[in-house]
Amino acid sequence: MAAPHAPLRRLAPQIIILAAVLALNLAVFPDFFRIEFQNGRLFGNLIDVLNRGAPTALLAIGMTLVIATRGIDLSVGAVMAIAGAVAAKIVVDGHGWGTALLGALAAGGACGLWNGVLVAWLRIQPIVATLVLMVAGRGVAQLVTEGTILTFLNEGLIHLGAGTILGMPTPVVIWIALGAGVTWAVRRTALGLLIEAIGINESASRLAGINAKVLLTCVYLVSGLCAALAGVIVAADIKGADANNAGLWLELDAILAVVIGGNSLLGGRFSITASLLGALIIQSVNSAILLSGMPPEFNLVIKALIILVILVIQSPRIGHWLYILRASGGDPAPRRKTPVKETAR
Amino acid sequence: MTDPVRPVLHARGITKFFPGAIALADVELALHPGEVHALLGENGAGKSTLIKCLTGAYACDGGVVELDGQLVDPGSTQESQKLGIGTVYQEVNLLPNLTVAENLFLGRQPTRWGMISRRRMAAEAAEVLAGYGLDIDVREPLSHYSVAVQQVVAIARAVEMSGRVLILDEPTASLDQGEVELVFDVIRRLKARGLAIVFITHFLDQVFAICDRATVLRNGHVVGTRALADCAPRDIVHLMLGRQLESEVRERHGGQGGEVLAEIDGLGRRGMIEPFSMRIRQGEVIGLAGLLGAGRTETANLIFGAVQADQGGVRLRGRALSLKGPRDAIAARFALCPEDRKTDGIIGDLSVRDNIILALQARQGWARPIPRAKVEEIAQGYVRALDIRAASLDMPIRLLSGGNQQKALLARWLATEPELLILDEPTRGIDVGAHAEIIQLIERLREEGMSLIVASSEIEELVAYSTRVIVLRDRVQVAELEGGEITAGNIVRAIADEDREVA
Amino acid sequence: MTFKATLLAGAVALAPMAAVADDDLTIGFSQIGSESGWRAAETTVTRQQAEARGIDLKFADAQQKQENQIKAIRSFIAQGVDGILLAPVVATGWDDVLEEAQDAEIPVILMDRTVDADESLYLTAVTSDLVHEGQVAGEWLAKEMDGQPCRIVELQGTTGSSPAIDRKAGFEQGIEGHDNLEIVRSQTGDFTRSQGKVVMESFLKAEGGANICALYAHNDDMAVGAIQAIKEAGLVPGKDIRIVAIDAVPDAHLAIANGEMNATIELTPNMAGPALDALEAYLQSGTQPAKWIQTESRLYTAADDNMAVYEEKKSLGY
Repeated sequence: MAAPHAPLRRLAPQIIILAAVLALNLAVFPDFFRIEFQNGRLFGNLIDVLNRGAPTALLAIGMTLVIATRGIDLSVGAVMAIAGAVAAKIVVDGHGWGTALLGALAAGGACGLWNGVLVAWLRIQPIVATLVLMVAGRGVAQLVTEGTILTFLNEGLIHLGAGTILGMPTPVVIWIALGAGVTWAVRRTALGLLIEAIGINESASRLAGINAKVLLTCVYLVSGLCAALAGVIVAADIKGADANNAGLWLELDAILAVVIGGNSLLGGRFSITASLLGALIIQSVNSAILLSGMPPEFNLVIKALIILVILVIQSPRIGHWLYILRASGGDPAPRRKTPVKETAR
Repeated sequence: MTDPVRPVLHARGITKFFPGAIALADVELALHPGEVHALLGENGAGKSTLIKCLTGAYACDGGVVELDGQLVDPGSTQESQKLGIGTVYQEVNLLPNLTVAENLFLGRQPTRWGMISRRRMAAEAAEVLAGYGLDIDVREPLSHYSVAVQQVVAIARAVEMSGRVLILDEPTASLDQGEVELVFDVIRRLKARGLAIVFITHFLDQVFAICDRATVLRNGHVVGTRALADCAPRDIVHLMLGRQLESEVRERHGGQGGEVLAEIDGLGRRGMIEPFSMRIRQGEVIGLAGLLGAGRTETANLIFGAVQADQGGVRLRGRALSLKGPRDAIAARFALCPEDRKTDGIIGDLSVRDNIILALQARQGWARPIPRAKVEEIAQGYVRALDIRAASLDMPIRLLSGGNQQKALLARWLATEPELLILDEPTRGIDVGAHAEIIQLIERLREEGMSLIVASSEIEELVAYSTRVIVLRDRVQVAELEGGEITAGNIVRAIADEDREVA
Repeated sequence: MTFKATLLAGAVALAPMAAVADDDLTIGFSQIGSESGWRAAETTVTRQQAEARGIDLKFADAQQKQENQIKAIRSFIAQGVDGILLAPVVATGWDDVLEEAQDAEIPVILMDRTVDADESLYLTAVTSDLVHEGQVAGEWLAKEMDGQPCRIVELQGTTGSSPAIDRKAGFEQGIEGHDNLEIVRSQTGDFTRSQGKVVMESFLKAEGGANICALYAHNDDMAVGAIQAIKEAGLVPGKDIRIVAIDAVPDAHLAIANGEMNATIELTPNMAGPALDALEAYLQSGTQPAKWIQTESRLYTAADDNMAVYEEKKSLGY
């Protein structure tokens, strides 16, 4: 049993890919790794990747748990818009940033609970259940902002998106702390195990005495809370709640981050750290595209190509090849040569 | 060994790796025309893996397969079917809502002017099945017929599509004696037609009844191929286990058990099982007997709360229990090892260790994780106590053989220290060795004072360990046998005889 | 001219035009929806215009769906309105319903966008000229720099959208012949504030803040986002980097008033004013207007009273 090395081995593909994409950044922009300290904040492309990756990373934390239960949460982008709108509305109405943050979290939590009840209690398929809020949520956010970009000047709230803590942009601190916190919470308690069990075989888990309904609801609740935080950060970053655009299509990036993190959409074993690396990989790809100075018409094609390559490298078949390669390379005893059949199916 | 006839199928050097384990090592298998060849071995010996390699379901990591002297390399089960290798699995792999004829011809329906001709299809299907001694209405949905008939249809489909090698993976596992004969009859006909047939089963008597030769696997290696005319069952068992089975005869330990643990009073659910009552004492094993569909599993599920009863109730030491679901039952120290290991038992992708501690952890709640050291102690303890064979506790449980999975599930429930352990078909689909061990375990647990309810279709087995047997027929309890009454003959009579009612 | 006169000609009180005797005119207005602040402002201004002229305006919000617009027009025809204002959500598929209006002799005026239908089917189209807007921005920057070398970064609109294409082309026309002006980086900011900020951050890193002299953004929202990025990079927006954008939304006026932005070109929400002028003239004297009425693309700079415009515009629903 190689327990101490197991986590590292699990993360190896993501770490290698991240390194490769960062190297690509370096190739298109030689000063990529330069970090300066100016105006009391760290300043550099690497910091930008960490900072701009925050919304996707936050969503990926919740999404990882949801996907581990064999579910999916399509509503997170819309929940971001709602949370941002609620936070903006509260400070515009003259309350403090703490109230705004709590209000946004309450709104996100309510959305998550709603999803959880639809999935766990009413047994609606997750993709359908969360689609409801994905479609309706942005409308709710527009009702809150009354159709405009709700601009605010509350320094405390703005600090959450655009400020720094010890020189590090606040969003970076928030997502790293939350990622570490949730990872700690699921691995130091039995939550992780129970969530995985539900994702792999819900019926067997129920028979083993796992309270699947409550756990499923909690998982969507966490996803809603993560989305709310992401929504507050995005709104704070631009000092305004943009109900039309905040978090638009970000649910897909979050799902992609989870997948790049090597987590199966069919549920089961999960790694939040790997998903967070996945979010950083996506952001690094975005960064490379922006820095390359290519005409914007190429953005999506290049992004798609890079991600395709990443997913192909991670495919189980390629993994099996590598396993065979390692097994035959690392075996000192000359084995009788038998034709190795590797049919590409 | 010299082969006078050239084999139809000859596999050599077949090797297959699983992550962290070698499933097959340099396996050789030769099938002669007109021979029924048994493939034997304990669970986990590599039988299923070998079949999957031969049929292209797995890509093997080494070795060659020759069919009629030609090298073949099927990349998928469809390809191997085309080459002439047909397979029939224990669970019939057909579509129950289609007609018999459609099932037989699915994917290659006879057509007229580009349209499927239903009339021609029915006529041809009837003709084909007549060749198997089956005279049924082929226009009825497949689900109308018994599992045995479905099994024969599956065999017919496989033979019609492939026609040279037929692999039967435990085709008789869920059949009764008469039905087994029906299938055997078909096998004999096919043998006469010159097919090479691989027959996989756990029933040694069936092996000697129908097979010509047997190849025995152990731990992924071939330990021997024998002509069955020249050897006795114990030789084969010896090959399989590497040791002689302990004496089968067992003394019945008497006793009516101790205090009453639980009383079940008129528990039932409309459309599923008629209300039933029973008293469960400490230190007794209640056997549930009956044909398939008689209500054994339903009874077990109802007591455990896996299915909610709509009438009656359960009292534990005189206090009424509210059983709204498995969690309530587990809190009352009930445990249930379900019939369908794959869908209701194991959490396939989780490690053996996690599977073992799962129920205990679920009862403790998420906030109180079992410490790592304790987990290790529990898991290792049960691995030793139950002789669970796994390369590592980190291995996903789905990679274990059926018998070892079953033992791990038993470990899961024993870890919760249950007072009432319900076992539904604890020995289904597992090998001889594990079978004997599980029966011993049941005895031991009873001696330690645990109450057990065991539902099983194996009457001999029920006779061996039950202190009381409840017989079910058509979802009604029809008899209760105690002490000396418990004999295979009495049970069979109770199952079959409509008139005999034992109080 | 003060901004009030331009923006809300006759809207506030009884301006001279309202004196025209058209007491009983009923006009139908099929609006796309309220997908942006500008759209909301357009609706508000249209209502104000109608009220000031004593016109009974029947308003229908199509919620981004053409079939809703077609339904609305049919119901206007059935009610026998005197004229129809249509802000079409898409360009195609209008022939049938426009013919129905023509048969009923109800003039239709297109607002803000045009359609792919025969010109004879509508009275006129009142739109801004996207290319012209870009050109005004380019010319302003050329004049502002007055021959000094300037490296420009551009925040494009959503890739492939017609405002992005036309505003880019117009700006390039505007700076044509000024060799001192060079667009060094151009990337899409999707018309959103947050993308504007993100992309500006990457421009600042890639070029170095000191090497960028001006920013041209295809809309104000992206410029407002970029302003924050510039500030966070330790530069002074409006001074270290000149900023010109298009739309003239309230926040842009605020930014100009605060000295953080230099210029914005108005995409006026007052399409209804010229449209109703043309309609009234046609109904009263049969005057055929031109087939295309171009709205003014007014340039706002620090020279204007931006705070006043800001306060005024905020009430329009931006």
